[in-house]
Amino acid sequence: MIPKLEVSHLCYSYHTMEGETEALSDLSFQVQTGEFLAVVGPSGCGKSTLLSLICGLLKPDSGRILLDGQPVLEGDTRIGYMLQKDHLFEWRTIRSNACLGLEIQKKMDPDHEKKVEELLKAYGLGNFAEARPSELSGGMRQRAALIRTLALEPDLLLLDEPFSALDYQTRLTVCDDISTIIRSRKKTAVLITHDLSEAVSAADRILILTRRPGRIKDTISITFPKEADSPLKRRNFPEFSVYFNEVWKILKE
Amino acid sequence: MKTHETLAQQEFVARQLRRRQMVVLARLFLFLSVLVLWEACARTGVINAFIFSSPSRIVRCFFSMVLDGSIFLHTGVTILETLVSFFFVTAVGILGAVALWSSKSLAEILDPYLVMLNSLPKSALAPILIVWLGSSMRTIVAAAVSVAVFGSILTLHNGFMSMDPDQARLIRSLGGGKREILFKVLLPGSVPLIISNMKVNVGLCLVGVIIGEFLAARLGLGYLIIYGSQVFKLDLVLMSIVILCILAALMYQGIALAERRAER
Repeated sequence: MIPKLEVSHLCYSYHTMEGETEALSDLSFQVQTGEFLAVVGPSGCGKSTLLSLICGLLKPDSGRILLDGQPVLEGDTRIGYMLQKDHLFEWRTIRSNACLGLEIQKKMDPDHEKKVEELLKAYGLGNFAEARPSELSGGMRQRAALIRTLALEPDLLLLDEPFSALDYQTRLTVCDDISTIIRSRKKTAVLITHDLSEAVSAADRILILTRRPGRIKDTISITFPKEADSPLKRRNFPEFSVYFNEVWKILKE
Repeated sequence: MKTHETLAQQEFVARQLRRRQMVVLARLFLFLSVLVLWEACARTGVINAFIFSSPSRIVRCFFSMVLDGSIFLHTGVTILETLVSFFFVTAVGILGAVALWSSKSLAEILDPYLVMLNSLPKSALAPILIVWLGSSMRTIVAAAVSVAVFGSILTLHNGFMSMDPDQARLIRSLGGGKREILFKVLLPGSVPLIISNMKVNVGLCLVGVIIGEFLAARLGLGYLIIYGSQVFKLDLVLMSIVILCILAALMYQGIALAERRAER
């Protein structure tokens, strides 16, 4: 079976007048359909670079990135990208923010508009469709940003520390919200985070990168009992601290 | 959810309202006392009314020109020239800044020239413009545009460059290109910047128009000022200045109104 995402022998360096910085070195991994992969590593290990490469915003120096066996292109609509900040535009309503991707793709037809409407309703923003972003809480804003991404029906979701700009309590609930939504829609996702507990609570598998240049140090598969079906519930199970300590130990080595 | 106001809140509101009334009254008082003092000094001969004019002489001069209609012509010409040059400055400013934003190399190539042209005293250009373009409205509009346009391009370009690069990443990840970044993020996000720049520009255009009219016009308030001073009709000069004050305030308020519209 072809994996959803296949990254093989990926290398990337940044160039400035001061010199060359190797960000990623010979990175290879796969993500299966419906899998939730978390990538952790020390700061500056090229995590965000990896996401930019996967969604085609950067071109790799060498190596291949295949989605469903096909190479990714710049602005590939099979991929949805969630950034650290929600970047909802204040001059648009929540509905029109959520439709931004559709507008750019020129897909503003009644079918898609109806779908956005359903998503807004399903995720508790039905009454806020006409509101401005500043009227919403941090958690609601992040959900609106997710709807903007989901509206284009991507096969793969890339999450670049999407919760790190939120305060701790909101962060826990939003992480719970968003990962439950992603799982219920059976989306494949790659989450980048520096928060180990977030990675353990949300992911099926954790990829641990080394200090720069980023290489794969280890991968850990995470399995919880069936009842632990959301990040908040997972945090209450004994496995949580076991996995946490394991990841922590590998990172510190 | 309006609850019953406490006594302290009522007192606070009353104090603020009183203070605001005081400000309005003081403004009015200041204005009237200057007028009265000026008029009194002119009538009692403390100042020479022929050189310093007086409010009543200005009003008389104004009405005589209203009667023969000439004041409308001169004011109208100045307004028209200011609006035309303001339009050009705004359009060229935005287009120029977008061009610089879209090409980093172009911005770097033109930067020293724009900085130099921006700091050049534009009144130095006016005599050349007369020779090149003749003594016409074209010269005056060109003078006014030259006063404001370089600063406008530089200010807008600086503002454009401070856009959060993640917003561009967002648009690109949604499959958009430079065009979408421009129309979906950059321009709508820069509306407050563009309006505040317009406020500066309208004032500068008026400066440029008056410079132009000083040198190359037979019509307009700038012409009246120069003409009045040459034939020693100081009533005419001061009246034109008063009208200019009112024009400047009105144009500024007009843009402030547009600003409040845009915020809604």
